[in-house]
Amino acid sequence: MAALSKKNVYKRVLRQIRPYRALVALTIILALVTVAGNLWAPIIFGDVIDLILEPGNVDFDGMVYKFILLGCVIAATCIAQWLMSIINNRITYEVVKDIRAEAFAHLQILPLNYIDSHSYGDIVSRNIADVDQFADGLLMGFTQLFTGVLTIIGTLALMLALNWIIALIVFFITPLSLFVARFIATRTYSMFIATSRIRGEQTAFVEEMIDNLKVVQAFSREDENQKQFDVINEDLTKASLKSIFYSSLTNPCTRFVNSIVYAAVALTGALTLIFPAVLPVAFSAGKLTTLLSYSNQYTKPFNEISGVVTELQNAVACAARIYELIDEPAQTPDAPDAKELENVRGDVAFEGVTFSYDPQKPLIRDLNISAKAGQRVAIVGPTGCGKTTLINLLMRFYDPQSGKITVDGLDTRSITRHSLRRNYGMVLQDTWLKSGTIRDNITIGAPDATDEEVIAAAKAAHAHNFIMQLENGYDTIIGEDGGNLSQGQKQLLCITRIMLCLPPMLILDEATSSIDTRTEMRIQNAFAKLMQGRTSFIVAHRLSTIKEADIILVMKDGNIIEQGSHDELIQKQGFYYTLYNSQFAK
Amino acid sequence: MRKLLKYLRHYKLESILAPFFKLLEAAFELIVPLIVASIVDDGVNGGRGAGYVVSMCLVLVGLGVVGLISSVTAQYFAAKSAVGFSKELRSDLFAKMQSLSYSQIDGIGTSRMITRMTSDVNQIQSGVNMVLRLFMRSPFIVFGAMILAFTISVAAGTVFAITIAVLCVVVFGIMLMTIPLYKKSQANLDRLTASTRQTLVGVRVLRAFCKEEEEIKTFNERNGALCASQKFAGLISALMNPLTYAIINVGTIILLNTGAIEVNSGALSQGDVIALYNYMAQILVELIKLANLIITVTKSFACAGRVNEVFAMPCEISQPKESVAAAGGHYIEFRDVCARYTNGANALTDISFTAEKGQTIGVIGGTGAGKSTLVNLIPHFYSASEGSVSVGGMNVNDAGDEKMRNLCGVVPQRAVLFRGTIRENMQWGNQGATDEEIIKAIDCACASDVVSSKDGGLDAYVEQGGKNFSGGQRQRLTIARALVKRPEILILDDSASALDYATDARLRANLRTLDYNPTVFIVSQRTSSIRNADKILVLDNGHLVGLGTHEQLLESCELYREIHYSQYQKEGA
Repeated sequence: MAALSKKNVYKRVLRQIRPYRALVALTIILALVTVAGNLWAPIIFGDVIDLILEPGNVDFDGMVYKFILLGCVIAATCIAQWLMSIINNRITYEVVKDIRAEAFAHLQILPLNYIDSHSYGDIVSRNIADVDQFADGLLMGFTQLFTGVLTIIGTLALMLALNWIIALIVFFITPLSLFVARFIATRTYSMFIATSRIRGEQTAFVEEMIDNLKVVQAFSREDENQKQFDVINEDLTKASLKSIFYSSLTNPCTRFVNSIVYAAVALTGALTLIFPAVLPVAFSAGKLTTLLSYSNQYTKPFNEISGVVTELQNAVACAARIYELIDEPAQTPDAPDAKELENVRGDVAFEGVTFSYDPQKPLIRDLNISAKAGQRVAIVGPTGCGKTTLINLLMRFYDPQSGKITVDGLDTRSITRHSLRRNYGMVLQDTWLKSGTIRDNITIGAPDATDEEVIAAAKAAHAHNFIMQLENGYDTIIGEDGGNLSQGQKQLLCITRIMLCLPPMLILDEATSSIDTRTEMRIQNAFAKLMQGRTSFIVAHRLSTIKEADIILVMKDGNIIEQGSHDELIQKQGFYYTLYNSQFAK
Repeated sequence: MRKLLKYLRHYKLESILAPFFKLLEAAFELIVPLIVASIVDDGVNGGRGAGYVVSMCLVLVGLGVVGLISSVTAQYFAAKSAVGFSKELRSDLFAKMQSLSYSQIDGIGTSRMITRMTSDVNQIQSGVNMVLRLFMRSPFIVFGAMILAFTISVAAGTVFAITIAVLCVVVFGIMLMTIPLYKKSQANLDRLTASTRQTLVGVRVLRAFCKEEEEIKTFNERNGALCASQKFAGLISALMNPLTYAIINVGTIILLNTGAIEVNSGALSQGDVIALYNYMAQILVELIKLANLIITVTKSFACAGRVNEVFAMPCEISQPKESVAAAGGHYIEFRDVCARYTNGANALTDISFTAEKGQTIGVIGGTGAGKSTLVNLIPHFYSASEGSVSVGGMNVNDAGDEKMRNLCGVVPQRAVLFRGTIRENMQWGNQGATDEEIIKAIDCACASDVVSSKDGGLDAYVEQGGKNFSGGQRQRLTIARALVKRPEILILDDSASALDYATDARLRANLRTLDYNPTVFIVSQRTSSIRNADKILVLDNGHLVGLGTHEQLLESCELYREIHYSQYQKEGA
């Protein structure tokens, strides 16, 4: 989809903030109070200094009055500032929460196509890192943009009132520091790009070599690697010296410009005091002090605003990425008149199904399969031949481009996805467990199951024994990667899940390459028990399963090239015949 | 951290000059309020006139110039030493990591090693840079301002001292309070990340079980928790600005009051009060910088500690010993070998067997039976905790690791290729291998179709990890890589699992025809891969439960029989 234009992103962000508009109004008022206080205080301090003239000439009574006033101003400023921060935090984090919730909910209805074709890391980083970055920008915008702008305007106005010559000097020289900062930033930008490119290169190299350190050592590549590493390291050092040094010039340079402004203010101020006739305004040492502290503060909001602008640009880019995800078209919703699939017998048929992931590369063309209730369908073929595609279609993770798939004669597109999926029990090759307890994982398909039912299912799947050997039995918490469970144990848990809800149709991807023999035999037994009387689709790797199947689908390069029972296919002496014999090749 | 300081040794001068010039800059900054005071007192009130004021303002500009020059110099030296420091640190760290033994690698884990190398070192570098730049400057300005205040008036100095103390308490107190709060927010964010990842990785299962609504519910709970913790942390840290503002201003009020009394008695001038007022304004900024610096430095220290843990690992690579008894008539001999996992449990117990030159040895058993550990003892990737492993009559502990590794060609379980061309990958086995030798090895590994299927043949590009090749293609190429080495001992550690039976059989036939007649170890889960071996070792839970040929084992070893018949139906065998 086309990337959102910047303007649209801003509009979306504003719409997102809309529910909090009362708070936004409040924060602007508080910003006004804060800035007013910040600017008023130096004036009162200046007045106080003017009350301290010389020995015997100090107006203590006047000072008391000024101090009380100061106390009130400071207290008001502090409270306003604190409240403002709290409100800003609130708006930002609530908005961010809303966005994340929206994005996450959208993930649940995105077509599998999108999820399969994007890296998880990318999607996760949109919903986490990008949103975080957006929050930072938003927060900075709220806290510094209003106050910054207000401070600049206020300072200028007050300086004009106090001494317009000084005001003009500050007004014209200060932008120089911004100019210098901008100059340095644009010059160093390319250096930073270069540095991060080289750093990326180094990280990639380190990742590759450290990740496979054992291979490196087995082939005695250490010296060669060190040489390559040092070459990249040297480049990195040169590049980062440049970027670090040149970028670190910003502060000294802007400080220098400030000191010139400071000197100019001091000069003009002092001269106004010496030649009062030039400027028909009441001027004093106290007012000079006020102006000096203004000139010191004056550049700060400029720097902040330029910081906010970069941060905001960054935030908008991040917001665009997250909105892009949210705007990604969802899967076709269930038809409004979609039926609930109930009391399934288990007749499954593919009728003239054509499907491909990529329109450029046709995959399945005009496929017809008919499985009667209770039959076993084995899918065989070399790796990467498209066996999982059939699973994707059966479960409606993907929909065919033409033709239809029926269950008990009903087109699956006329059935709600949920009711269709509930009627399938699926055990995949990559055994995925969610983080939580063993029980949570088993009851994922039947949350209301009693302990007795859970244990019975685990026993049927031969999983009970190993579960009981775990530290906390069924309450053992496992991480997302399945913790210390072996591949085989994880698979047994996945089978237990199905044992518990016993759906009328099964999809089994029985990968066994990484499972030890004894566990594998148990899994086979569990599968066999499960398949009795259920329509089953099995991605089969073992001969025994294949031979016992009612229908064998032989797949190659995405197509079903042969279809029939074991004996029929052997007689045919085709691809299956070769495949079968190669397994017994001595 | 102290241990890492040696990496600054080539940058001694720079790392002294950097803070020195920073100090100089700070000193010039501290003079500014004094000059302003003199402008007011001497120039304006004292009547020394416009000429004096102009010259004093020129001094101000001069101070600015000198300050600029010193701070630019300081920045340069600081950057140079920080960057040089991290360069040498990284290079040494990489060398150290490459010298770690297999069991050390297992212990520390590769992902942690990568973090040490990248983000930890970067954090240390910025710590060094910041320290060189600011560690002298900020305290110098804060305390310099205080000392100068004392020289103007003891009473005013006291006000400074108290204000600084209160500010320190508040600034550091709030920072200390918010650190755990932010950590908590971070933990909540991590949970949110986990939720998002889970919903993607487990998407098929979750949708198959219609868990979409439940996932959203969990996510929203965690999302709410995150939001609450962020708001709470924000509540506390939002106190920082108003509180410090209040303290500094109250301090200023007291300062002016004290100043007023002293001016009244004639001890101070108006200009002195202005100078004091200006000093007060300077300390806040620097104090906050200092607090941030301390946080950066603490982080750097933590990183330095972690990096040091790597350096502290002992060197376990063994060098050849001189007097090695060439005894025993067998080419490879395991005598009562035990091996331990890093956690101390036995991976292998009392393994004894022999192998002759040119033989093929099969190793079979379930996951965790100790197959990999066993074959990894031969090139001395791991050491036997008891008993001895000898090759060519020499104990592998004494033969020197380099020699052992050159002797063995290893094809690891995880088939990994490296970024570069196919040729470059093949040359890992032998830097000087010619195309002819490489093609021969590739043919032998049944991988010629892999090479020919890619554009450019041997020059075809291999992505990181070999991602542009399928699992089976990678396995065959890694076998070829080991063959390019023409090793005396070839170890295939379950490295044909992704190959179909026919290719697997062809590969084994090819291996038997190699002219240099290597001793071959084949680790497998499939009996079909090893049934023709001269000797088969059957492992169960680290014990050798069967040793013999396929036929002998079918007779004598129950586990072997079980494994075999589970893969072949009885009638098929």
